[in-house]
Amino acid sequence: MSFLEINNVVKRFGSLDVLRGINLSVEEHQVVCLIGPSGCGKSTLLRCINGLEPISGGEIRILGDRVSGAGVDVDRLRRDVGIVFQSFNLFPHMTVLENICLAPRQVLKLSKEEAESRAIELLRRVQLEQKAKAFPDQLSGGQQQRVAIARALAMQPMLMLLDEITSALDPELVAEVLDLVRDLAAEGMTMLLATHEMGFAKEVSSKVCFLYQGVVHEEGSPERIFGDPTEDRTRGFLKSIIEAGRM
Amino acid sequence: MNTHSDRFRAPSIPKSAMPLSTAALLISSLTTLLTWFVLWQLALAMAGVTEEQVAVSLEKKMYWSAMLARVSDLPWFAWLVLAVLALVPLLLFFPTVKAILQARQARTALQFENLIAARVATANSSNFSWYAIGYSVFVVLFFGGIWFVIAKDIAVGNTFFKLDLMWEKASLVVSAFLTNVFIFMVAQVFILIWGLLIALARMVPGAAGQPIRLLATLYTDAFRGLPSVITIYLIGFGLPLTGFPILGDLPPVWYAIFALTLTYGAYVAEVYRAGIESIHPSQMMAARSLGLNFTQTMRFVIVPQAIRRIIPPLLNDFIGLQKDTALVNVIGTIDAFNQSRILASNNFNLSTVTIVAILFVLITIPQARLVDRLLEKDASKTRGAK
Repeated sequence: MSFLEINNVVKRFGSLDVLRGINLSVEEHQVVCLIGPSGCGKSTLLRCINGLEPISGGEIRILGDRVSGAGVDVDRLRRDVGIVFQSFNLFPHMTVLENICLAPRQVLKLSKEEAESRAIELLRRVQLEQKAKAFPDQLSGGQQQRVAIARALAMQPMLMLLDEITSALDPELVAEVLDLVRDLAAEGMTMLLATHEMGFAKEVSSKVCFLYQGVVHEEGSPERIFGDPTEDRTRGFLKSIIEAGRM
Repeated sequence: MNTHSDRFRAPSIPKSAMPLSTAALLISSLTTLLTWFVLWQLALAMAGVTEEQVAVSLEKKMYWSAMLARVSDLPWFAWLVLAVLALVPLLLFFPTVKAILQARQARTALQFENLIAARVATANSSNFSWYAIGYSVFVVLFFGGIWFVIAKDIAVGNTFFKLDLMWEKASLVVSAFLTNVFIFMVAQVFILIWGLLIALARMVPGAAGQPIRLLATLYTDAFRGLPSVITIYLIGFGLPLTGFPILGDLPPVWYAIFALTLTYGAYVAEVYRAGIESIHPSQMMAARSLGLNFTQTMRFVIVPQAIRRIIPPLLNDFIGLQKDTALVNVIGTIDAFNQSRILASNNFNLSTVTIVAILFVLITIPQARLVDRLLEKDASKTRGAK
């Protein structure tokens, strides 16, 4: 039994088939990278796992327990599965500290002191403790994304989903965020990430999946996918990435 | 082949600034004459000269001697004020003269084929001309207004601005105005709560929420369409007739509060809804992804952001509400308007109603400034480098 099992998941938006039977498994402490062209379904898949989008077919299991379909306690599921978005989505009317404390206090019912001490610890870890009282709009993109990661970590999730978390950042700010993800991976956090940072994917991941038109077109170790892909589509995608100077 | 130098071979020559500056001179002069005429009329009115006396003096061909004799009785400070006012239109001649000088300078520059200097001088001249014309319009309207008030033996002034009567009755009207203030203060609190409830009822998700959404929609449609004066009339006179316990025997002020809450609750519900819908869905998604449920997300993430956005339109509705408190006179509540109408008919003069008008304007202005300041403070807190 894998930690996360995705069995034949289908997702339709009206007549548009975004996911057309995805099969994927993630083991505990693994870092799995989803790569592929825009519109291939990476973000949609992550949102389905978190229950932000209901799936149209198939099933998703975490530790054997089915977490998709009717009657599932999605609030409970989301406590265990954290997600970080491309556009940070911090709450602009709250300070950094309040952003991080909100869910632990309201969902986990921690006391103010407990929640704050946990938040401060996380801020120290993302090296932003001096920004605790700042508002999101006063931070750089990289700092905002580190706060967003800290906010997700404050719920102590078993699985982290990272949805192209560096795509909206200026190039010089990418490294500070990737360093943080690298640390999380080293500590054994189970992560599933959609990314366009191929060098990072190659370095950090235990498994790479190439998604194409809503299915897992090819998967394997990073060495094999980046070094010796078997499928033409994968080769074409990687070739265009290299031509764009991104790898 | 066409080169760029071909296209710019004939540089444009600025049009003469003379006509416009001459027009400015003319307008400034006419404005000054009008101002002095109005001030003369004002001096006559202050000296208590009637139209009839003017007509008699004209008939006897001794207008100037008679009138000067009358105005010479005016106290020195009246003369001082009139003299200062008479100097005001002369300020218009500063830009006017500058405009003419610049126009002449432009003409000289053109004779020496100094195009750039000519353009600069032309532009300056037309700026000064428009400056003079713009201020002339203001001066004309201002003194035109004074003339309107004092014309026909101060007809308008005595009808609407009888200062001694206003001074005498001000305290009565102001204390009646406290009723209006009480009504809108209490109604505003109710409206804020009631409007939010309706807005949330209109946004209840899912198929099960359908009937609640429908009810809330019907309510807003009905009470936004109903004129508030009719709602006040029906509730103020109707509920006591029903004889319901409590609901049937409230003081009239509370019926007014109830009616205004129903009417303005519908407006404010729509404002809330627009504010809530203006918050980007990614905020809802981010909050839900952290495990917050729908209610928690609304309470901690969506509504607080929405309220910051709707404060200006909310103030609009509240100012409308405050003005509509004057409608409670239809159910006989002695508010400021009703009180002033009673005084007006007792004294055959509308000046007491003018007091109410001034009071309503006076209470809205500080509110608008306060809201501006609050928003500015909030913006400077959450935005920008620290």
